[in-house]
Amino acid sequence: MRTIHTDVIIENLKEMCIEANLHLSADMETVIHKAKEEEDSVLGKQILGQLCENMQIAGEDKIPICQDTGMAIVFVKLGQDVHVEGMNLTDAINEGVRQGYQEGYLRKSVVKDPLIRENTKDNTPAIIHYDIVPGEQIELLVAPKGFGSENMSRVFMLKPADGVEGVKASVLQAVKDAGPNACPPMVVGVGLGGDFEKSAILAKTALTRNINEGSPLPHIRKIEEELLTEINQLGIGPGGLGGKTTALAVNIETYPTHIAGMPLAVNICCHVNRHAKRIL
Amino acid sequence: MEKHIQAPISKEIVKSLQAGDYVYITGTIYTARDAAHKRMYEGMLEGKEPPFDLKDNIIYYLGPTPAREGQVIGSAGPTTSSRMDKYAPLLMEHGLSGMIGKGKRSPAVLEAMQKQTCVYFAAVGGAGALLSKCIKKAEVIAYEDLGTEAIRKLEVENLPVIVVADAAGNNMYETAVKEYRASHGLE
Repeated sequence: MRTIHTDVIIENLKEMCIEANLHLSADMETVIHKAKEEEDSVLGKQILGQLCENMQIAGEDKIPICQDTGMAIVFVKLGQDVHVEGMNLTDAINEGVRQGYQEGYLRKSVVKDPLIRENTKDNTPAIIHYDIVPGEQIELLVAPKGFGSENMSRVFMLKPADGVEGVKASVLQAVKDAGPNACPPMVVGVGLGGDFEKSAILAKTALTRNINEGSPLPHIRKIEEELLTEINQLGIGPGGLGGKTTALAVNIETYPTHIAGMPLAVNICCHVNRHAKRIL
Repeated sequence: MEKHIQAPISKEIVKSLQAGDYVYITGTIYTARDAAHKRMYEGMLEGKEPPFDLKDNIIYYLGPTPAREGQVIGSAGPTTSSRMDKYAPLLMEHGLSGMIGKGKRSPAVLEAMQKQTCVYFAAVGGAGALLSKCIKKAEVIAYEDLGTEAIRKLEVENLPVIVVADAAGNNMYETAVKEYRASHGLE
């Protein structure tokens, strides 16, 4: 049994919210630079050049990469031999987000009620996904998610008979429909299997994977690679203004499902695919 | 074609801009996004004046991050324009000449743009730090209670945008992808 005080959790979350909004992870940064070199549309290359310059300014001048600093999505892997001391864990996570968004000059983009739409003014509450795991550590992963791309995400309740072709056609349709609205080049997170909500959480998890890492399952990895090629043949390109860089990666996460179904969720993220991870 | 324009923009200037033009905007523009549009629109339907004169003006669909000390504004890139589609035609009827955002517009907006002579520019989404450098002055002029969604008057210098849809009905989102595919044998 190990004791972790919520003050430590708050401090770490605060720093992670700020860090994720100012610096993309090295894998994301590298893939955008590489796309700029390889893009063959003149305007597309110019747009990717702006994105590279933007990342540099963001880091140097501490101006968020994107003005939509997102809703804070927090994935918590709580070791079952950890005793959390101090305050309620959920409250602590929200306090970390609150402090991060205030002290980091991040935008407060959360409204309290979906219809009344009054801003909570501190970007809370976060959306928290808890997972209980063995061990005596807590893993925190913060993924600030912008809504331009979130709005273009979809869940398809496919039938088993739809097979691989059905999966691919649905993902392609979601990407086509997203087009310029999702700020391409995008990262496509796919959740396949589980049930209605599990597929969506898997899709979001898929976005947090290292962009150079394919699925460990060979048949899924093949679909990821084929889909990436097919998406980039759509010609949507950077900013939706034509080009070969429409997606930077397709990441698919899977889970067992019911004999009658094949839920598929497509969670689209723009090129500002932010995440920060720490293990306490 | 690369062009430099001074905002506000007359209808003559709007007519001279063509889909595909790479434009640098200098001058005065205004920010408004979802909540400000809703309030402005509902007020106008009740016969109230909008909080600034729309005639010949450009609205930038933007909700910036807060400015740090010594900065004019925080990150300042475009938001998705389609959420303003419901409100845009009425603003055009009141003289609005240009909109800056990103993403597709509805047929009703594109039609109103031709009828009222208005242009739609896209700024690069997700380049808010870079775009903030073009903003030299920012002042909240209305709806301060809306926070990031308040209406701001901006002085901009060489703000880089692309004409996506012009007043003649050309739409680059429709044509550019098709042209790219055709030129690469992807049809």
